[in-house]
Amino acid sequence: MALAKRIIPCLDVENGRVVKGVNFVDIRDAGDPVEIAIRYNQQGADEITFLDITASHEGRETTVHTVEQIAENVFIPLTVGGGIRTLEDIRTMLNAGADKVSINTAAIHNPELVRDAAERFGSQCIVVAIDAKRVEDVDGKPRYEIFTHGGRKPTGIDAVAWARKMAELGAGEILLTSMDRDGTKNGFELGVTRAITDAVEIPVIASGGVGNLDHLVEGITLGGADAVLAASIFHFGEYTVPEAKAYMAEHGIEVRL
Amino acid sequence: MSGVVAVIDYGMGNLHSVASALEHVGAEKVLVTHDAEQILRADRVVFPGVGAMRDCMKEIRRLACDKLLADALVAQHKPVLAICVGMQALVTHSEENNGVDCLNLIPGEVRYFGNPLTDSAGNRLKVPHMGWNRVRQVRSHPLWQGIEDGARFYFVHSYYVDVADRELVVGALDYGVTADAALARDNLFATQFHPEKSHTAGLQLLKNFLGWNGQC
Repeated sequence: MALAKRIIPCLDVENGRVVKGVNFVDIRDAGDPVEIAIRYNQQGADEITFLDITASHEGRETTVHTVEQIAENVFIPLTVGGGIRTLEDIRTMLNAGADKVSINTAAIHNPELVRDAAERFGSQCIVVAIDAKRVEDVDGKPRYEIFTHGGRKPTGIDAVAWARKMAELGAGEILLTSMDRDGTKNGFELGVTRAITDAVEIPVIASGGVGNLDHLVEGITLGGADAVLAASIFHFGEYTVPEAKAYMAEHGIEVRL
Repeated sequence: MSGVVAVIDYGMGNLHSVASALEHVGAEKVLVTHDAEQILRADRVVFPGVGAMRDCMKEIRRLACDKLLADALVAQHKPVLAICVGMQALVTHSEENNGVDCLNLIPGEVRYFGNPLTDSAGNRLKVPHMGWNRVRQVRSHPLWQGIEDGARFYFVHSYYVDVADRELVVGALDYGVTADAALARDNLFATQFHPEKSHTAGLQLLKNFLGWNGQC
């Protein structure tokens, strides 16, 4: 198969700075998002994901400006997520230079937003982010549920059924984050990754828990993901994108070198 | 000398990335516009496109961009680069949105990748075709200069182009089917992939376009 598996560095951005914390607490400053995005572009990253975790309204304007600056300097696809609630929010980010927009909580409150957005802007730019957490097994089989508020609030929605529904409504891609693993460096939650990649026809990005290069390999070979997303292993210089790609290639995964 | 590059804007999505990529590789001036005068005066034209075909064709016709494109292409014989849905819009008809008539500048069809789609070994392939795939340079062309045969470009589409005249195909893509990744005819070059999002290989192609005199 000739389509390369993608490596996507993720920038979690708060008030104009890249941050990364273990399970969303104990946030560490990792630097300027524009500089970091340019660095990953030069290193041969396949895409960049920008997740805005800023709470305040003023902060959002900073975000639009930052997205504009990244888009002017980076010639690979850019996905922007965090706080996207309306068609207007999507338009603002696309106009700022995002190629794709990631919708998370708003899809849970209003699934029709995904359909409307796909019809208006095309499925190719609508990513649905799913934050899943393992809950009590049913008949001895693991079950995964969608959580909001950084993994604190359960919704009762089954993650696999939700992924299927989002694909039917017109999502072009799923960004799946395991809230049990996010920030832990223990590797992807492969059970939910495999369940969702098998359930939908659209590409799935695995996210949450990458601590070493074997985890990236497992996300593809065992999880069946089309792309792997990681943050801290790249931000803090443990690995570079070319190192990650070389390692994946050694393990028989097609990557863009 | 690149001169002025007009990026035809028919209101379907963000064209800044095309413009900033062209500027990055040395375009003297880039105008994102559907103004007839500006397009008429430009030295070269980019015809981009994102989104669903029905809406694209509706806006292309409403803003008379079909006529502007035909003038640039045929009457003025300027170098023209069509990208993604811009390439799909050039052919006769698309299967998208239950069937849409396109510009018919090149006889051909836009077809759905099919569901389920599998490779020759029977492995399931995801649709949309999203990501970096190899482009086989089945014919030489000035716009391939400095780009390795089989280099990867960024694609994102669920429908693919299949032109009638196979002589026009300069780049091919294998993804369950063999699809047209790049077409060339006289002063026209068209890509299914997004050169503006394809990093080094894509920027090289845009640079080649800026230096191209429109001859094959």
